[in-house]
Amino acid sequence: MNKIYEALKNKKAFIPFITCGDPDVATTKAAILEMVKNGADLVEIGIPFSDPTAEGVVIQGANIRALEGGITTDKVFDMVADLRKEVTVPLVFMTYANVVFSYGPEKFFAKCKEIGIDGIILPDIPFEERNEFLDISEKYNIDLISLIAPTSDDRIAMIAKEAKGFLYIVSSLGVTGTRSEITTDLNSIVKIVRENTDIPCAIGFGISTPEQAKEMSQIADGVIVGSAIIKLLKQYKTKAPSYIGAYVKEMKDAIL
Amino acid sequence: MTDIKGRFGVHGGQYIPETLMNAVIELEKAYNHYKNDPEFNKELNYLLNDYAGRPSKLYFAKKMTEDLGGAKIYLKREDLTHTGAHKINNVLGQALLAKKMGKTRLIAETGAGQHGVATATAAALMGMECVVFMGEEDTIRQALNVYKMRLLGATVIPVTSGTKTLKDAVSEAMREWTSRIDDTHYCLGSVMGPHPFPTIVRDFQAVISKEIKEQILEKEGKLPDAVLACVGGGSNAIGSFYNFIEDKDVALIGCEAAGKGIHTFETAATINTGKLGIFHGMKSYFCQDEYGQIAPVYSISAGLDYPGVGPEHSYLHDIKRASYVPITDDESVEAFEYLSKMEGIIPAIESAHAVAHAMKIAPNMNKDQIIVITISGRGDKDCAAIARYKGEDLHE
Repeated sequence: MNKIYEALKNKKAFIPFITCGDPDVATTKAAILEMVKNGADLVEIGIPFSDPTAEGVVIQGANIRALEGGITTDKVFDMVADLRKEVTVPLVFMTYANVVFSYGPEKFFAKCKEIGIDGIILPDIPFEERNEFLDISEKYNIDLISLIAPTSDDRIAMIAKEAKGFLYIVSSLGVTGTRSEITTDLNSIVKIVRENTDIPCAIGFGISTPEQAKEMSQIADGVIVGSAIIKLLKQYKTKAPSYIGAYVKEMKDAIL
Repeated sequence: MTDIKGRFGVHGGQYIPETLMNAVIELEKAYNHYKNDPEFNKELNYLLNDYAGRPSKLYFAKKMTEDLGGAKIYLKREDLTHTGAHKINNVLGQALLAKKMGKTRLIAETGAGQHGVATATAAALMGMECVVFMGEEDTIRQALNVYKMRLLGATVIPVTSGTKTLKDAVSEAMREWTSRIDDTHYCLGSVMGPHPFPTIVRDFQAVISKEIKEQILEKEGKLPDAVLACVGGGSNAIGSFYNFIEDKDVALIGCEAAGKGIHTFETAATINTGKLGIFHGMKSYFCQDEYGQIAPVYSISAGLDYPGVGPEHSYLHDIKRASYVPITDDESVEAFEYLSKMEGIIPAIESAHAVAHAMKIAPNMNKDQIIVITISGRGDKDCAAIARYKGEDLHE
């Protein structure tokens, strides 16, 4: 069994997201250490992309700040290699297809394995295009994580059957960002997922409060939070890690 | 030219969020149904002819031909179609298709504003709601078109992310589409984005080359030696090329915006300077850095100021069926002035890129050879900006 599956199975997982290099790499590393110390079960690390079309304004801003700060894919790899000396929870990358493609998929996934990355989320690689990277990701044992959306309908079973690591269930239409309300019938989606796979599923997009996290954790195996964390980074900059630690603790406690 | 997965060689595909997958699958099904539906085609042809003014003229540019002293030059006058550019061909097709699919709202991106104006026009005609995303930078460069879209009843949303130009307008329109799919069709303006858009837009624009072929055979009794068109995303170019692809003796030449030159960073000449990548739903050539970050491209022409190119053009380049040449700002402005003075036709600055290349090659060709240049749009929208480029203090 792989590490992601083990980390998420039979528990309620809290999965924080952070854009690497916003405002700088040292802050990202300190923030991830705080996340893990305060109960994060898996951490999603964003490799910045110039044009993140699946992101709302908050994470778009983080991508821009990180790139303006001089982040590159190689610097993200260096940060993760360094981080791996201190953390054991699964780490997954979240980025866009062109970042992987331009680096050279073989070289990219080999590097992921070398530094201890466990999976990757590519929001612009749907089921039909997963062969772009599937063979190479499997060669290096990196889970290519699939997403299911509120519009997936007849596609849910097909995606679930082939899922690796965990399934990322997109809670709402639109892009990432905090929402006051989530109206999608997630129970129905999760039911179809369960009928087709025993891979754990985590819900993301729009979740920011402990109440929402608790509600979502009753439906799925895990809760993913991004924009709320990025807002703390934007507000507190290099001083953000301790605030992020406190926030992760609050969220993790809510879903236990 | 496409297989079932929407590939042109290695290019094309559907690199989009899962949220949009069923929407593009539904669109593909609807398109495959209606493209062969006699009633749909009858309605579309009526709109293209009686509303948009097709067929557009193929005009023999006698003075220009004599002045350049080489090949005979014909101009395909897309600038004379309703709304002043070829964009209307695609928009009428997509709007009619969207209406048949039960959609009540059109969203679109626009660079120079021509596609936005065309979409706003079709929405007004068909009683649909319309929202156009336009880079803030372009709303300033093309202020008149912003007013036109509002006059036609559309909402124009200035896009302030990224480079505030066409690329960002496309990203924002895609984001909007993921948030509202049920009643909304994304009326993409060029032969780009995820399958089936490159095929749909090409088919709706192919009327240009279909007409050129009929018109040139009638006037000259033979096919042209070269067809020239400007290329941003590449919709007027693919429309101009499509029915000549099998005619191997017809040279197909796309004219890219080189901006300040292909050896500078201020360029938008994708095929000449870009490399293979995945962005905006497709695999194709893109201007990007070594880590795959999309480059902030530049051109005087808002309509060509895009870091990618449609996948079928990338394929035509790969198989060497078409060639793609860079044309600088200076060359296009010179051609803009030249055609205005020589023929009394003010071309869009986008189209002037194709005119500029004809000015380079025509003198070296024989007098019995023929060049067709697609004048994709009219230049009224560009007059103030070109005047300022030439140092005049003119504001709209």
